[in-house]
Amino acid sequence: MTPHVSSDLHHVIHELGHFLPAQAPLKDFVHHNTLHAFQHLPFHEALQTAAENFGYKTYLSVESFRELYAKNKINEDILDRVILAHKGKKESAKWKDAMLHKDCKKQPDAIVGRIRKVWQSHYHVNLDKETHTTLFRMLGSYLDQGIAIWKFPVPSKGFLTAIRNLESNSFTNLFKTERAKILLFDPQTKLEDLLDILVGSKVYFRQYLFDQQFAHPGWSGMVAVLEHQPQSLLDKKSISLNDLIFVECLLEIDALDRRLGENWDPLVKHLPEDLLPILTKTEGKEYYEVLKMWQEAFEWTYFDQVIRGLQLSHEKDFKKEATSFQALFCIDDRCCSVRRYIERFAPDSQTFGTAGFFNIPFFFQPEHGKFMTKVCPAPVTPTHVIRESEAKLRHEKDSHFSKHSKGIFGGWAISQTMGFWSAVKMAKNIFRPGPTSAMVSSFSHMDPKGKLSIECKSTDHKYHGLQVGFTLEEMTNSLEGLLKGIGLVKNFAPLVYIFGHGASSVNNTHYAGYDCGACSGRSGSVNARVGAYFGNHPEVRKALEERGISIPVATQFVGGLHDTTRDEMEFYDLDVLTEDNMLRHQNNLQTFEIALDYNAKERSRRFDTVDSTQEAAKVHEKVKLRALSLFEPRPEWNHATNALCVIGKRESNKHLFLDKRAFLNSYDYGIDPEGKYLLNIVKAVAPVCGGINLEYYFSRVDNQRLGAGSKLPHNVMGLIGVANGIDGDLRPGLPRQMINIHDPLRILITVEHFPETVLKTIKTHDATYEWFANEWVRLVAIHPETKEAFLFKGGEFIPYLPLAKQIEKVQNLDELLVSTSENLPVYLLS
Amino acid sequence: MENQIIISSFVIIPFVGFLLSLLIPEKNELGLSRMAFFTISLQLASILGYIGYWLIVLRARPVNIPEFVLYQHHDYEFLIDFYFDKVTAVYLFVGAFVTFLITQYSKYYLHLEEGYKRFFNSILFFYLAYNLTVLAGNFETLFIGWEMLGISSFLLIAFYRNRYLPVRNAVKVFSIYRIGDIGIILAMWASHHLWHENITFLKLNNEQLVIEHLSQHGGIGLFIALGILVAAAAKSAQLPFSSWLPRAMEGPTPSSAIFYGSLSVHFGVFLLLRTFPFWEHQITARVLIGLLGLATTLVAYPIARVQSTIKSQIAYASIAQIGIMFIEVALGLQVLALIHFAGNAFLRTYQLLVSPSVVSYMIRDQFYHFKPKEISVEDTFPKRLEYSLFILSLKEWNLDVFMNRWVFSPIKKVGSKLDFLTPKNLLLYFLPMYGVGLYLYFHQEYLPEGIQVFIPGTFAFIGMMMVFKAFSERNYPRLAWMLVMANHFWIALAVSFNETFDYNQTLIYLSGVTVFGILGYVILEYLRKKEPTYFDMNQYYGHVYEYRIQALLFLIATLGLMAFPISPTFIGVDLIFSHIHEDQYLLAFFDSASFIIGGIALIRIYSRLFLGPHIKNYHEKALKSS
Repeated sequence: MTPHVSSDLHHVIHELGHFLPAQAPLKDFVHHNTLHAFQHLPFHEALQTAAENFGYKTYLSVESFRELYAKNKINEDILDRVILAHKGKKESAKWKDAMLHKDCKKQPDAIVGRIRKVWQSHYHVNLDKETHTTLFRMLGSYLDQGIAIWKFPVPSKGFLTAIRNLESNSFTNLFKTERAKILLFDPQTKLEDLLDILVGSKVYFRQYLFDQQFAHPGWSGMVAVLEHQPQSLLDKKSISLNDLIFVECLLEIDALDRRLGENWDPLVKHLPEDLLPILTKTEGKEYYEVLKMWQEAFEWTYFDQVIRGLQLSHEKDFKKEATSFQALFCIDDRCCSVRRYIERFAPDSQTFGTAGFFNIPFFFQPEHGKFMTKVCPAPVTPTHVIRESEAKLRHEKDSHFSKHSKGIFGGWAISQTMGFWSAVKMAKNIFRPGPTSAMVSSFSHMDPKGKLSIECKSTDHKYHGLQVGFTLEEMTNSLEGLLKGIGLVKNFAPLVYIFGHGASSVNNTHYAGYDCGACSGRSGSVNARVGAYFGNHPEVRKALEERGISIPVATQFVGGLHDTTRDEMEFYDLDVLTEDNMLRHQNNLQTFEIALDYNAKERSRRFDTVDSTQEAAKVHEKVKLRALSLFEPRPEWNHATNALCVIGKRESNKHLFLDKRAFLNSYDYGIDPEGKYLLNIVKAVAPVCGGINLEYYFSRVDNQRLGAGSKLPHNVMGLIGVANGIDGDLRPGLPRQMINIHDPLRILITVEHFPETVLKTIKTHDATYEWFANEWVRLVAIHPETKEAFLFKGGEFIPYLPLAKQIEKVQNLDELLVSTSENLPVYLLS
Repeated sequence: MENQIIISSFVIIPFVGFLLSLLIPEKNELGLSRMAFFTISLQLASILGYIGYWLIVLRARPVNIPEFVLYQHHDYEFLIDFYFDKVTAVYLFVGAFVTFLITQYSKYYLHLEEGYKRFFNSILFFYLAYNLTVLAGNFETLFIGWEMLGISSFLLIAFYRNRYLPVRNAVKVFSIYRIGDIGIILAMWASHHLWHENITFLKLNNEQLVIEHLSQHGGIGLFIALGILVAAAAKSAQLPFSSWLPRAMEGPTPSSAIFYGSLSVHFGVFLLLRTFPFWEHQITARVLIGLLGLATTLVAYPIARVQSTIKSQIAYASIAQIGIMFIEVALGLQVLALIHFAGNAFLRTYQLLVSPSVVSYMIRDQFYHFKPKEISVEDTFPKRLEYSLFILSLKEWNLDVFMNRWVFSPIKKVGSKLDFLTPKNLLLYFLPMYGVGLYLYFHQEYLPEGIQVFIPGTFAFIGMMMVFKAFSERNYPRLAWMLVMANHFWIALAVSFNETFDYNQTLIYLSGVTVFGILGYVILEYLRKKEPTYFDMNQYYGHVYEYRIQALLFLIATLGLMAFPISPTFIGVDLIFSHIHEDQYLLAFFDSASFIIGGIALIRIYSRLFLGPHIKNYHEKALKSS
């Protein structure tokens, strides 16, 4: 039973939960804005507030900016322009001097933590040291999903109840002192009572709880997430932030009683005079002004070129009469380059980008699976399930993970026998990496030979309350939405590919973050296969015909999967293809293969272990091996370096080299004058791409506090998170190995449409509008006819004139790519 | 002769490799990893070759190589001696093989990591220490390696030196290691007296000789065996020291794998195997060793079962297996213990290396095979018993608290009795007292009859108190530093009363103390001037962030002052012990305690000032709890 909490305190705990990190257990890892709690504030104000209150670093350091400036990665003209815009002509010189030369090494401590420090300064008790280990042990053990062999013995009816039950039925104790035990066992004890003992005055409860929970934001955040999202645990556990706080307060009382006897005063009597309350409004400070302007100068150094580049489009050159095939990809930035290569090696092809669940939200239940997995964006709750049958089991056992090796006799026998086999395996894995049962492969998400229950036989047929398969109407709606959204409504090629994407890795705790974000961190294979099924369905086509989309009989859809780590592809249900199309497909396969080779080669310039100058096919082999290498902490760079999201016709941006930094979403303003489909796109793109972008941003600028730190020492805690060592707090955010090469820029979203329409569209959806209005993502509309650019600022679109006049044309892209491992500027492709 | 050259090369190769790796610039990742890989490949190849030769040509007979005499005086000699038998062969091979794989692994794994150079330096240094210990032919040589292992372990645990927990745990592990070293020091001291020489391990194989000596001095024999057991238990994380092992898993995963999964943690077993001929005939010792192993296994096993973190689970599972190895050695099953060691080392190394994979593997396993609640053995126990055992295991049987409560807290309490000392008044107390001591030394004729017997003990006690104070000091780093220096002076004086011995020996002992003491003091003074507000021992200050060179120099000074084998004081310490008489147990205890706690106090000064989260706020830094 959870004790009753007064509404005030309830409100505080709710607020607290909002500020804590919101990362789900590892298997459900989804990118999100790390500082989501500050999103109601304008970006820079939010960053300052977060920094001052919680001690985060929210920008790169001033020194780093100066270094970038010295290396000309921040353009001086842009810098001057930014300073001028913010400070006016008179003040410019003064501010520039401050930005370039002023020493700023003295930064005050965070506001959070100041009350609880008094335990140390006044009573000489280090409460963190006294309580954290025990608390983390209890939480870890209670929430454990399968590491412990002897699981938490008390049935899960809430954390507090379980602890109470455990303690009262044991000869040994978690709590040492009398008072703490009495308080624990008395069901009448309220959280207020405990806080009264500790703090003494209601006025400070809120701030005390912030101090307490922000001393271990990792565990607290996990608890807050699980309270609202219990389905993230396969082995169900019920827990609440309130329970956690209750137990922690008890542990604190226990520790204090143990150290000081029962006669100590609550904190309120010893608080410093000048205590700053948490989360009060911040005031402008020179230091943050300096950072803000550096940040903007850094961003616009790149964005300026991009906007200029988009203005130089020569769309007509790319218009074609007939296309050999069309291919739909996810908007993911990793698809940006592979599309470029497909278009290069098959100039008569056409590629599209859209969110990788292909407008088909559902749960997928693999054969033999005991659970369902969601394969659509995280905020969507699907009402359909697709079940797999006649598939083979895709799980191999590995005795290195078995519990027997941890036992006395088992361990004795295993270490003397299998131990020597381990030595061989280890040597093999280091010198000749190959597939192991420990690896994660995007291809094992679904068995291509298995059957899927795509069509709904009867709407009454429910599985766990979900409709099995889609009705004709639903299929048609979904496909119509997909095609109209990307502007593919006529001129269908004989083959239309739908590519989902996924990733492969080994020894990677954050594997879920490498798969398709639009499929809730799963591989997109099922969605692609289902999408192709919809497209090939004669009844669906008939219904689409009535809605103005006419798909020729000769056109066929093919589902496929692109593994972004290994750069390999797989295709589904090829047996439905006609003979002609089969021939075409065989032909296209060669294009894909060479495109994948080149894509791997382009990626390899960022890989230290691969010699990028070799022939593409050779490089590709090495890239494939990387994904299987135990010792490789960076199987791929995932979304690192992302900076752009370009919404518009592919023909309008095909001429640009964007260095894998762009999410490309196909969209044709011509068939959507009202912005109906645009709304769907921005509604998804702002939180998804914005979320990815900001998570990378914050993990990069403060990898220690907002990221997970280096992954090399990480230890897996209960399968739900990682921590350092055995006593550490959980580490949400991205590990350093994911962000080494990332430049922290806010994402720039460009939309090819009339600014009035864009403005009207974004205003219809408040949550989305907030992203733009508070400038957590930047928005530029490119006028489709005049190519003028308009920047969204202060609630309106204002004209933006790029400083860049020309964009350099790249003569030999392949040579340029191998010449450097740094981020490249925008180029015109010849 | 060829034996000598080859066996010496097993130490020389890693030593040269280590020295060369120091010269390679930080940025040159490739050069660093290649140097390490080349060194260890060469070593592995030579070891394999030599083992073959040894098996076939030498028919696996033990080989002893008296390398060279570091110092000799009358009947005392400090001899570097190497020894090669089947225990050496197995340990050498496993060490070379695992290190070979791990260096190759780390070459990629550590790419772009801050401290790439430090990592490979430390690995090579560790590897040097490993070989030296494994090849050691007598206690003195072994002790050199033993000390180096302690330091390399400290450096690898505190690899992430800007975070709080790694530094705290590194100090903790170092302290426990060192407490265990008391055992080995006292064993060395007692064996001087038992054999009247620095006995080689080869001679211990002479059953006749051992039995003869032990029959005359059964008490000393047991004392030595117990000393060895304490040292072995600490190094191999047996009771009551077990809790350090999981806490040592703070460095990059490959370093945890090599250190705490495989090599370092099996040194207790090594020490037992190495000294087996010596205690083979002491039934009491064998029973104790076996019982300790058994108790550890029984305690570590349930702890392993409740662990919800992968690395601590592997750690406790490994401790339980090492407990069994202790039993095996006690039973005289040497070959079995060696096979068990090798298998366990490989298994745990691999398990640790693939430990991050456990998430995807187990989640998938669950996804396909989930059963809501599996019944474990413990569920069949009565509820109260089950819950009690669960809580006890969750709290690691309070082993972590145990060391604090029974060892470190009492020392701090004693030390705090000297809280009136400050850096300013220390000399006011020290000089007159020491002056009196010196006066007495030169005028021993004034000493009343009967008093003289107590003088060495008393002076050593004063010295020990200084070290205790240094260990518990919270405010003044310079005071703690000077107290450790002063301790050495007291010890030297105390032992001088025992017999008139050569001033040269005192000189050897105190020269290192003086040189490194002054170096350290100068750095402290410099740091105090630069950072007056961030200069005490109340918390970690992380000054290494801004003072890298000073931190390195201070570390060297620290090592020198704690009589690490870079300083002549190291030989001095051994010399001093050779002058402590057989019946002066107290003096031997005070002296060894000073040596041990002094080392801990010094590492504490270094850690508090230079390591941990940086006190300044202008750059990103981790939360203390992370």
